Amino acid sequence: MSTSRILRRAVLLLAVAPALLGLPTQGQAAEDKVIVVTSFPKDLTGKFKSEFEKRNPGVKVEILSKNTSSGIKYVQETAANNTSDIFWASAPDAFEVLKGDGLLQKYTPKVAGIPEKVGAYPINDPDGYYTGFAAAGYGIMWNTRYLKAKKLKPAKEWADLAKPVYHGHVGMSAPSRSGTTHLTVETVLQGEGWEKGWASWKEMAGNFKTVTERSFGVPDGVNSGDFGFGIVIDFFGLSSQASGFPVEFVYPTVTTLVPANVAILKNSPHPQAAAAFIEFLLSPEGQTTLLDPKIRRLPVNPATYAKAPPGFPNPFKDKSIGAVVKFDVDLSKRRYNVVNSLFDVMVTYRLDDLKAATRAIQKAQAAAAKRPNDEKVAGLIKEARALVAAVPVTEAQASDPGFSKVFKKKRRKKTDKLPQRQAEVEEQWDAFVTKNYAEALAKAEQALSMAR
Amino acid sequence: MNAHWGQRGVALLIAAFLFLFLVVPVAKVIIVAFQAPGTGAFTLVNFQDFFNTSLFREAFWNSLYVAAISVLVATAFAMPLAYFTTRFEFRGAVIVQTLGIIPLIMPPFVGAVAMQLLFGTNGSVNLMLEEWVGINIPFMDGLNGVIFVESIHYFPFILINLSASLNNIDRAMEESAQNLGASGFRLFRRIVFPLAMPGYVAGASLVFIKVFDDLGTPLLLNVNTLLAPQAYLRISSIGITDPMGYVISVILVGFSLFAMWVAALALRGKDYGTEQRGGGGLAKRRMRPWEGVLSYGVIGLILLLVLSPHIGLTLLSFGTIWSFSVLPDGYTINHYREVFEQSPQFVTNTMLYASLAALVDVTIGTAIAYLVLRTKIAARKWLDYTAMAALAVPGVVLGIGYLRTFFGVQLPWSGQPLASWWVVLVIALSVRRLPYALRACTAALQQLSVALEEAAENLGAGKLTTVRRIVVPLMVGGILAGFVTSFATAAVELSATIMLVSRESDAPLAYGLYVFMQTAAGRGPGAALGIIAVLIVGIATYLSHRVIERGQKARGLADEY
Repeated sequence: MSTSRILRRAVLLLAVAPALLGLPTQGQAAEDKVIVVTSFPKDLTGKFKSEFEKRNPGVKVEILSKNTSSGIKYVQETAANNTSDIFWASAPDAFEVLKGDGLLQKYTPKVAGIPEKVGAYPINDPDGYYTGFAAAGYGIMWNTRYLKAKKLKPAKEWADLAKPVYHGHVGMSAPSRSGTTHLTVETVLQGEGWEKGWASWKEMAGNFKTVTERSFGVPDGVNSGDFGFGIVIDFFGLSSQASGFPVEFVYPTVTTLVPANVAILKNSPHPQAAAAFIEFLLSPEGQTTLLDPKIRRLPVNPATYAKAPPGFPNPFKDKSIGAVVKFDVDLSKRRYNVVNSLFDVMVTYRLDDLKAATRAIQKAQAAAAKRPNDEKVAGLIKEARALVAAVPVTEAQASDPGFSKVFKKKRRKKTDKLPQRQAEVEEQWDAFVTKNYAEALAKAEQALSMAR
Repeated sequence: MNAHWGQRGVALLIAAFLFLFLVVPVAKVIIVAFQAPGTGAFTLVNFQDFFNTSLFREAFWNSLYVAAISVLVATAFAMPLAYFTTRFEFRGAVIVQTLGIIPLIMPPFVGAVAMQLLFGTNGSVNLMLEEWVGINIPFMDGLNGVIFVESIHYFPFILINLSASLNNIDRAMEESAQNLGASGFRLFRRIVFPLAMPGYVAGASLVFIKVFDDLGTPLLLNVNTLLAPQAYLRISSIGITDPMGYVISVILVGFSLFAMWVAALALRGKDYGTEQRGGGGLAKRRMRPWEGVLSYGVIGLILLLVLSPHIGLTLLSFGTIWSFSVLPDGYTINHYREVFEQSPQFVTNTMLYASLAALVDVTIGTAIAYLVLRTKIAARKWLDYTAMAALAVPGVVLGIGYLRTFFGVQLPWSGQPLASWWVVLVIALSVRRLPYALRACTAALQQLSVALEEAAENLGAGKLTTVRRIVVPLMVGGILAGFVTSFATAAVELSATIMLVSRESDAPLAYGLYVFMQTAAGRGPGAALGIIAVLIVGIATYLSHRVIERGQKARGLADEY
């Protein structure tokens, strides 16, 4: 028998196997392809495509690259006449949106040996709609040439980024733009508490050079040397370094490991090939592929780390990564949109005001350091800080379902009444925030002139 | 002239096209703006919210300011280039005109990276300035940064349309003025520029509206207190479905139409048509030596400035690592090799899509211009306004609208959804770029005296023959200008494309760019792909200029003086 005939028989066997095992067969003929909507870069998708095709002859992987939000919109708009099989992306929240719209198909992977949690975050969707296949954590990356030229030291903890020396040297994306950035914001909020967490974020944001529109804008800026430090997900830092840029990356103590996920779409035209694709991602070969220097994501199968290069972070062994915060997924979900909107109102859209107030406070603080006993100055600075830190919503309100409903379009029933419109709420917040920043600036300048 | 049945037919066809591929898809998306967030009932409360929100009011004024100043700066770039190359015997005029269009092609993402590497806070220019004189100029910061980049990016609209207009001026006008004693700047101010007004207004209104509605540049500079980025950020954020994004889209469309109407007012009540045609425009004068040095110097400086993003892009495409330094660390051709090995179909797809889209655009553009200016069909102006509204519709809105409208429709022969057929991508591109071609065609027709057509008809030619034999040949300069602008900008369109691409084999270059620019290692190949786009457009532009020149020579007029 020639090899091609063996291959053909193997394909045939693969196609009838589910029927023999009594699984539902939707497609009658052998499935010859699987269509994957993904936000992952080519370096990752290309490698997995070729590895999968090598092991599943006769099945072609068609990759459709879209950024996460276009990907979601694409799946939503095409649902009535669905032509895609798999949604494959990082942010768990993207999958939550699709799951909420009833666009995902439940699937339980058969691969054994994958634990329930990575760090403090559950790997799979508890309801079984999507599956984690890799993990990633947030951290700080920096450009070594930039630091050398500006005579700066690397910042290794979130709190370091709030120091006056780093003013104007930091870049980050907005949580409403990038699901992984959202998790970083939420992690710090959960780790330090609502009030203190927001105060920390604003102290860091006061040092921002910019808030980028897309998450890849951050490593781009650091790689170019546009700003020195970036708050990024690990593989952005690690793969930039692997591509030769003069950058380094570190995990701060407070970080959350987040699974990157994969799910089968409802009414997928090639459900068996889709299942095979997920099984491959979780198989030992698929997990090892994650270690590729251009991919660099953390496998979810602990056994795979045995093949990792020295120095590769292992969250299953090194309990310091992502273990400090007990991440509360439910809490995060309840206030998801409120946190995004708050960040945009307080930081993204009013960054110039926030920077000006922060800079004035930093200067006043430096001047006051020379006169430690001046209580009036110290009091003014304290007041200014409190004004900047103030949040227009309490923690209880933020996670109150009656309030966060304002941010969801979908009404459940015709009789559902919304207390307010999102635009009204944001306008109130904006008025609160701009007034506070302006007052903080005035107080800090007053303190500075008194301290001189 | 009474409306001819053929004219009515064409008007209906175009109306149907615009209705099906612009109005319906967009309406399906932005209807949210008119719905109460809770109940879905019709309401205007969202618009009330818009005007009650200080952030949006601020964004509105910022957008207005940026658009107005950008028109001024763009005029300063375009005027000398257009004037010197059309008014004087100028060596390399075709080259200047060709290079002048290149800034329109700012490939998405890589263009931004190249600009930051050159003009950013720690870009090449500032690194050198700091080293030599110890200063740092914030070229790319805030609203002024937006104005700087926008005027570099969009000044070709003025250049192209103004040049086409200058080339169309009846030489007899200029000669009469000279006989009456006008010369020099006075001749330009009183005779030449006023006669070229349709072209200038076409270009300036495009710059104004385009900058007002532009998304790419503010996003690349991360300036978000402008209307377009506010709309985009709200529409595309995950999970939240805030109606304000769509409200802003409606306001962008409305204001753009208002600006169009104002621009039309500026030209109303004057007749720009002149009878003599195809004479190569103004008499070309030989420059005195010092004039030559001066004008070559000015043009050289302007070109250097407006082409700097592309110089940066070239360096990026050949560079190895370029980080916090004046120039890349080393050079290589591997990025180009990677592009050609991995994805040659991107290039061919782009050529096919962009040229088809531009062809559709000039056809419809010429037809609309003719219907508006030469017929009395009811509501003909609304064809013009509707087509122009496309300028203000964010690409992502159009993309979502197409998916919503056409995904349920199946192709009869393959059973595939209509929205995933590549032809729909071409239609989307042509709808998005139609305004450019339309303005160019309208300006060209405005300069054409109706007497020529009347003469043809008196001699017995039918309407169709008149259009085919008289109108279109005399408009050819404007039509080509429209083709080039539509082609150039369609070649790098991303926001609707990324929504609509459903197979990698159907994807154009901009999609390839997006895919490359998702990774740190993809920056070089991305830049290489960007340079390929620039070359494609550059060559297309150069060829079309040659076509115009040859046409003029064929009529034996260009070299008469």
